[in-house]
Amino acid sequence: MLLLELAYWQESILKLLLGFIVVLVPAGVTVYLYLFKMVSFMQSRLGPMEAGPYGSLQLLAELGKSAQKEDIFPDKADRIVYAAAPYVVIVSSFLLVLVVPFGPDAYFVNFDTGIFFALAVSSLSVIGILMAGWASASKYSLMGGLRAAGQLIAYELPLILAVVGVVIQAGTLNMQGIVDAQINGEIFGWGGLGNPFILTQFIAFFIFMVAVQAELTQTPFDMPVAESELVTGYMTEYSGFRFLMFFIGEFATANIFAFLGATLFLGGWSVPPFVTDMLGLDPYSAWFNLIGPIVMLTKMLLITFVIYWVRFTYPRFREDQLQAFAWKFLIPLSLVNIAITGVAKVVF
Amino acid sequence: MPKVPGLIKGLSITLKEVVKTMVKGAETVQYPHEKEALAPRSRGVIALHEDNCTSCMLCARECPDWCIYIEGHKDLAPPRRAGGSPRSVNKLDRFDIDYSLCMYCGICVEVCPFEALFWTPEYEYSEPRIADLLHDKTRLGQWMETVPEFESYEAGSVAKVKKVPRP
Repeated sequence: MLLLELAYWQESILKLLLGFIVVLVPAGVTVYLYLFKMVSFMQSRLGPMEAGPYGSLQLLAELGKSAQKEDIFPDKADRIVYAAAPYVVIVSSFLLVLVVPFGPDAYFVNFDTGIFFALAVSSLSVIGILMAGWASASKYSLMGGLRAAGQLIAYELPLILAVVGVVIQAGTLNMQGIVDAQINGEIFGWGGLGNPFILTQFIAFFIFMVAVQAELTQTPFDMPVAESELVTGYMTEYSGFRFLMFFIGEFATANIFAFLGATLFLGGWSVPPFVTDMLGLDPYSAWFNLIGPIVMLTKMLLITFVIYWVRFTYPRFREDQLQAFAWKFLIPLSLVNIAITGVAKVVF
Repeated sequence: MPKVPGLIKGLSITLKEVVKTMVKGAETVQYPHEKEALAPRSRGVIALHEDNCTSCMLCARECPDWCIYIEGHKDLAPPRRAGGSPRSVNKLDRFDIDYSLCMYCGICVEVCPFEALFWTPEYEYSEPRIADLLHDKTRLGQWMETVPEFESYEAGSVAKVKKVPRP
């Protein structure tokens, strides 16, 4: 697709810039669209309207506001760990976007074990949150950090087991391979829609969405940031730019988990084959390096809509209800899903 | 085990709210582009009718926050009839209300025996400096222009005889 041959170092710089854009720009868009506007409309108010047309530049105003704030260090805080925690969280989301394919040739790296890398790297943010909770030297932060430790580790298992179901059906850990399996698959012999795994793996999709909601500490699983109980949990002592890192990290990670969900369950960057047949395009042609990102963006917006719709609707779980839900319901359900998928894969 | 029908209903309520706000507009009032319609007898700011004031100090004494500052002196006015003695009249030198302290309880308006203080529904008088929230005699007199008309009494009620005729 590249019209000119780039040297490896030029390609690396291009990927670096694109990486920043792919993580930060959708994060900004979703913050505006969902956190400022959708929540407001759900609460029968209009949200920010003054900064820019319909409040679109509100995030820019927030950036400016955070940049000029005083950099606060609590007295007893462990300076190095306290300062490093937001960066650990945000680095994990940058690492996570590396394996998401946006087109047949539009990806950052194409690991053979792409999804395994993605799940492993998503656990790094847990360390960042624990660092923040412990190093803040405040009771609220410590409570938030401890609750986060229990919750995030508990909900990683359903996440991984749900993805295992998809991997069994696709037959490969490679992300492009999973997209290929969905393009080339057939539903009862009709290949018009491909085989988006949401149809056969609906249990896994449900578990994936619930586990993602919990991994992002979004309500109803927001015990670590239980706003009315713990001020802001592990983020209590952070202000200004450091808080903005956590904030953007949370939204960027939500977007990237949505990208992953779109790739695993909705068919990734591809459009249904009957559309490409109508247009006379080859599903792997170079056009899809341009259409692919737009398609991925749309699918990401759909999934994040569901994530934030659930967030703005439900009250939060109690800590023991949360853990019981993960260990006693989601994990057995995902194991059942794996069993059914394994049997179905061999039989059909 | 969560009750699923209730969960679905909750989601549908928020979705309906989104659609309703997009179609019909929000429930909130978009200040400063629209102003809210105020209730009758809303309390915004206190106006002073200086001619009625006799510096009796009741309002300053009864104010729970001590935000009214009054200074006055006695003047001699000409006698009412020829051959009488000059009358002493209280004249106000200073009548300030400090709106940074005022709690809008209305005790001063209630307590004034000469109907010199009135409520008005004006509320847009915020200042960048706290010191500018001290309204002096002139400014309090200017607020009199915004005092709404008395509402008429209900049909069949006995009208109170006013000791001091309202100008």
